[in-house]
Amino acid sequence: MILLCLIVIPLIAGGLAWAVARWSVAACRWITLLAVTADLILALVLWGSHSPAGSGTWLAEADWEWIPQAGIRFHLAVDGLSLLLLMLTFFLGVLSVLASWREITEAVGFFHFNLLWILAGIAGVFLAVDLFLFYFAWELMLVPMYFLIAIWGHENRVYAAVKFFIFTQLSGLLMLVAILALVFTHHSATGAYSFEYGDLLGTAMSSVAEMWMMLGFFVAFAVKLPAIVLHTWLPDAHTEAPTAGSVILAGLLLKTGAYGMLRFVLPLFPHASATFAPVAMILGVAGILYGALLAFGQTDLKRLVAYTSVSHLGFVLLGIFVWNPLALQGAVMTMICHGISTGALFILVGALQDRIHTREMDRMGGIWSTAPRLSGAALFFALASLGLPGLGDFVGEFLVLLGAYQQSIVIAALAAIGVLFATFYALQFVQRAFQGPNTFNWRIPDLVPREGLVMAVMIIALLWLGLYPRPVLNTFEPVMTRIEQMAPGR
Amino acid sequence: MFPIREGFMISGALFTLGVIGVLARRNLLFVLMSIEVMLNAAGMAFVVAGARWRQPDGQVMFLFILAMAAAEVSVGLALVLELYHQFKTLDTDAISRMRG
Amino acid sequence: MLALLWLVPAIPFASALALAVLGPRMRARGVAVVGTGSIAISAAISLVIAGTFLGAPPASGAYTQTLWTWIDVGSFRPGIAFYLDALSLVMTVVVTFVSFLIHLYSVEFMRGDEGYSRFFAYMNLFVASMVTLLLADNLLLLYLGWEGVGLCSYLLIGFWYQDAANGLAGRKAFIVTRVGDTAMAVGLFVLFHNLGTLRIQDLMHAAQSQWPAGSSYAIAAAALLLGGAVGKSAQLPLQTWLPDAMAGPTPTSALIHAATMVTAGVYLIARTNVLFTLAPPVQFAVAVVGAATLLMAGFSALTQNDIKRVLAYSTISQIGYMFLALGVGAWGAAIFHFMTHAFFKALLFLAAGIVIEALHHEHNIFRMGGLRTELPVAFWTFLIGGCALAGLPLITAGYFSKDLILWSVANSPAGGMGLLAAGIAGVVLTSFYTFRLIFVVFFGRIETAVSHRPGLAMVVPACILAFLSVVGGFDKASFEALLNTALPHFREAGGGMSEALTSVAAGLAFFAGLLAAWYAYLRNPSLSRAAAGNPAGRLLHRFWFSDWGMDWFYDRLFIRPVVWAASASKADIVDSIYDGLASAAVLCYRILSATETGKLRWYAAWIAGGSVVTLAIVMWL
Repeated sequence: MILLCLIVIPLIAGGLAWAVARWSVAACRWITLLAVTADLILALVLWGSHSPAGSGTWLAEADWEWIPQAGIRFHLAVDGLSLLLLMLTFFLGVLSVLASWREITEAVGFFHFNLLWILAGIAGVFLAVDLFLFYFAWELMLVPMYFLIAIWGHENRVYAAVKFFIFTQLSGLLMLVAILALVFTHHSATGAYSFEYGDLLGTAMSSVAEMWMMLGFFVAFAVKLPAIVLHTWLPDAHTEAPTAGSVILAGLLLKTGAYGMLRFVLPLFPHASATFAPVAMILGVAGILYGALLAFGQTDLKRLVAYTSVSHLGFVLLGIFVWNPLALQGAVMTMICHGISTGALFILVGALQDRIHTREMDRMGGIWSTAPRLSGAALFFALASLGLPGLGDFVGEFLVLLGAYQQSIVIAALAAIGVLFATFYALQFVQRAFQGPNTFNWRIPDLVPREGLVMAVMIIALLWLGLYPRPVLNTFEPVMTRIEQMAPGR
Repeated sequence: MFPIREGFMISGALFTLGVIGVLARRNLLFVLMSIEVMLNAAGMAFVVAGARWRQPDGQVMFLFILAMAAAEVSVGLALVLELYHQFKTLDTDAISRMRG
Repeated sequence: MLALLWLVPAIPFASALALAVLGPRMRARGVAVVGTGSIAISAAISLVIAGTFLGAPPASGAYTQTLWTWIDVGSFRPGIAFYLDALSLVMTVVVTFVSFLIHLYSVEFMRGDEGYSRFFAYMNLFVASMVTLLLADNLLLLYLGWEGVGLCSYLLIGFWYQDAANGLAGRKAFIVTRVGDTAMAVGLFVLFHNLGTLRIQDLMHAAQSQWPAGSSYAIAAAALLLGGAVGKSAQLPLQTWLPDAMAGPTPTSALIHAATMVTAGVYLIARTNVLFTLAPPVQFAVAVVGAATLLMAGFSALTQNDIKRVLAYSTISQIGYMFLALGVGAWGAAIFHFMTHAFFKALLFLAAGIVIEALHHEHNIFRMGGLRTELPVAFWTFLIGGCALAGLPLITAGYFSKDLILWSVANSPAGGMGLLAAGIAGVVLTSFYTFRLIFVVFFGRIETAVSHRPGLAMVVPACILAFLSVVGGFDKASFEALLNTALPHFREAGGGMSEALTSVAAGLAFFAGLLAAWYAYLRNPSLSRAAAGNPAGRLLHRFWFSDWGMDWFYDRLFIRPVVWAASASKADIVDSIYDGLASAAVLCYRILSATETGKLRWYAAWIAGGSVVTLAIVMWL
């Protein structure tokens, strides 16, 4: 029942918030905040009550019939991996509501409606174990996001929104085709239609068909991830989106891609994935290096942060397709920590843009002297982003590298150089925006308590993940072990 | 034997004349008249074919074409009137606001 | 009492956190008390631990304290755990104690700075990281401390951030050391992949039992760790960051860029000595790197005008000596030199700081002069430190440690005449540039008036360090005995030189340098000017002054290509594929919409033509 609530609460609260906003904008914000907080608490309760050893596949399940003729069920289930990502979803959800408390002044009700429906869609993606339902949720999170960018975005918003929509929609269609192909293959093998994840696992198929279906899924997830070559929607979308949009895009939407790889691509098509793994690993490494290099070249702060996402998600892609316990756990760890650190950077850049009305680094400098708390927080998250040991990102990236080394020394060495490149852009970010002389004589207010609270929570979370990540690692370890054992030849 | 060959040749010639009229004349009234010629060419082909096979369908079809032509002309002339009101001309090349 | 070990890093870390959060709202006095007090407690605890450890050594010669398991993935389970043996004990005591003195000094030096609390927060964080590095029981935790000290170094070099040059110097330091760190990280992968653990002691045992001497794995692992060590310890070819690091406040230079952090590479190599013993080529490379660095940095130091840069090059050169000792297997000698160097180099920087502050932040030594009578405390402490650095025979600590290194080089199977000659030439250079500095700064005419005299908080630490710079080297025998519980004994090759011979050589070299400096800078100053004035001298001066042109070289080889690549691809080349697709679609639209003329007769013609073509196709195809 909790699982259903996780999706339904934001859906209902979204409608409510939209309706209420006509009379009171404050009430609308509070409703949103309460709804997301309620979901966060529910997810935490679920986390607190689960037994770490977890005998079965799922920690919790909810299953209803939906379209029985086609074997479609409304089937939700959660395991360690999806549970953590759900917590991340609502954690970042709360923070992005708080971060946009003052930023959004137009069409407040519709904004919160979209925000909540995106969160519901993301929760659906993480919860669905029926492929039809999964696809449904996958599309559900696109449309509100499109509106979020196109209505509340910055200068070039329509271009960015359309680009985002075309990329994700086209790749989503490929996935739909692959889903249908998989279902029909399953039908011809067993004589029954089923979209059920558990039924489709281990479907017998020819290796050519498996490769094509795998590619269909892979492209859909690789666009979201984003893997290099398919990444170009991301800088535009991140840059133009309002703060909450950027946080959710970087922190959550990208993670749905990685989640899809872990949940569907590897388990459903193990042989094709294993064949394809070298290509994916090279894509991952190329993304790490290319993203870092481009981040170093940017002068727009949001674009810079956006390209760091390309770089970090390269580690995730690499870790997933290295496909051993170290790298898989490192990939998931990177997903979680990247969500927090990059989300925080977007909140900070948004706060800065709110104050000085520009994102150009050439127009900044010396911000530290007028807003030390803001700058200190930016320094902290920049350090997290460059993989400083003791903060969460390091744990993830180090595990990925350690795992990758066991597969290929060259790839591990190149990815390690990517960590070095991260130093370039992170320090560039701090140096040009916050240090140096205050050439433009900025006088801006420092973080207000609301923003300070957001930052403090995120700092503590990263320190905790960096110094004592065991509870988190242990939560998803059984899932990763299962995925790891699906690798052919093991 | 019914001279079907000649009949079709006449109807084809009529039709070609109609097409040439549509393409060559710029005045809308003449275009409409050319369309009438083409319709009648088609009707003649029906009649010829009906006579050849000794079937009434050809003549039924011609009646149908007559009715349709009447309807077309009434609508067409109404449009021509309205166009003349708007543009003060019946030159089809001058009335080209619907371009890409 | 050993159970208090975790407090040694924890207290500075806690106070760093407190200062970072509450510091801006605290008064200066409170900041000073918290910032310095935490280090005082930490130093006191480490002294207590040292007493316990020496009084009743643990049975195995080491004490391990595990706080919690850090990461837990399969067999990869590094802990937050500390390992105390004689080596880490010596290092920790020296580091905390010197840190305490420098913090005390900073209380006065930094007074009135707007970033007072920020400074102490960074410094405390540095001590916490450094102690973590030293006490780490596994290489991953060591790596945490390793990066942590690099971070603090970056933060403190760029402490006065409003001058962009400082920030750039900090960035350079961080990036250059991180180049080495990347190599080191790959080294960790090699070790974990092949030996299945990162716990240092287990690693050493496993390496010893699984890898034969000269095995390629050992060579790879040792070479990669050496990469990390040369980055952090500013050795060839990654030494270029240290001179620029002098942009930081002087106490920072004293603590981080002279006494403690830069010797982390020495510590790493000593800690993992088994690997280097198993990889003789790499160990020889350590010696060669040390010898080459000590000479190159010595020559560069001769030409510098900035008092802190001279000291920076001398630091590079002295760490070269430590590397030389490590390279010939004299592990204890290297650590011994680390300790004496920590004392006298910190002292030199503190004394230099007094001079700099007295002269309105003047760094150029040729704008100083005659300060002997104006700043007697600075003069005497600087003189003692300088003598220790140059190795005044029989009195100073620096002499004993350096002499031990030279003797080891002469008597090691890995050593040789070339290395020994480099070491002795280095002594001449050291003595020459040190006394050049002393003569120019403290003798001769007064160039700039003294505006500020040091207070007690600055004088006392300098005096304590001066005392230690003299007596720190007297009890060589028991120091060696202590270290021998943690490090392998020095293996002497038969038929080497006697200790007396190397001592005499070192002493003579010292006096040669002293005399040369005296002659060139006091007796006959025109000589040095003439030497630097002729074309060959000018060229050589420029070459050495710019650190043998290495910055220029790296700029051309690495920095410009990367910056160029980044700015060239700023607009994201990949995006042009999609832009191309989009513009192809637009082009198609343009072409097709051109057929939409609005001319009725054209449409009719198209219809007619199309029908004809279709009919033709249907009938004849």
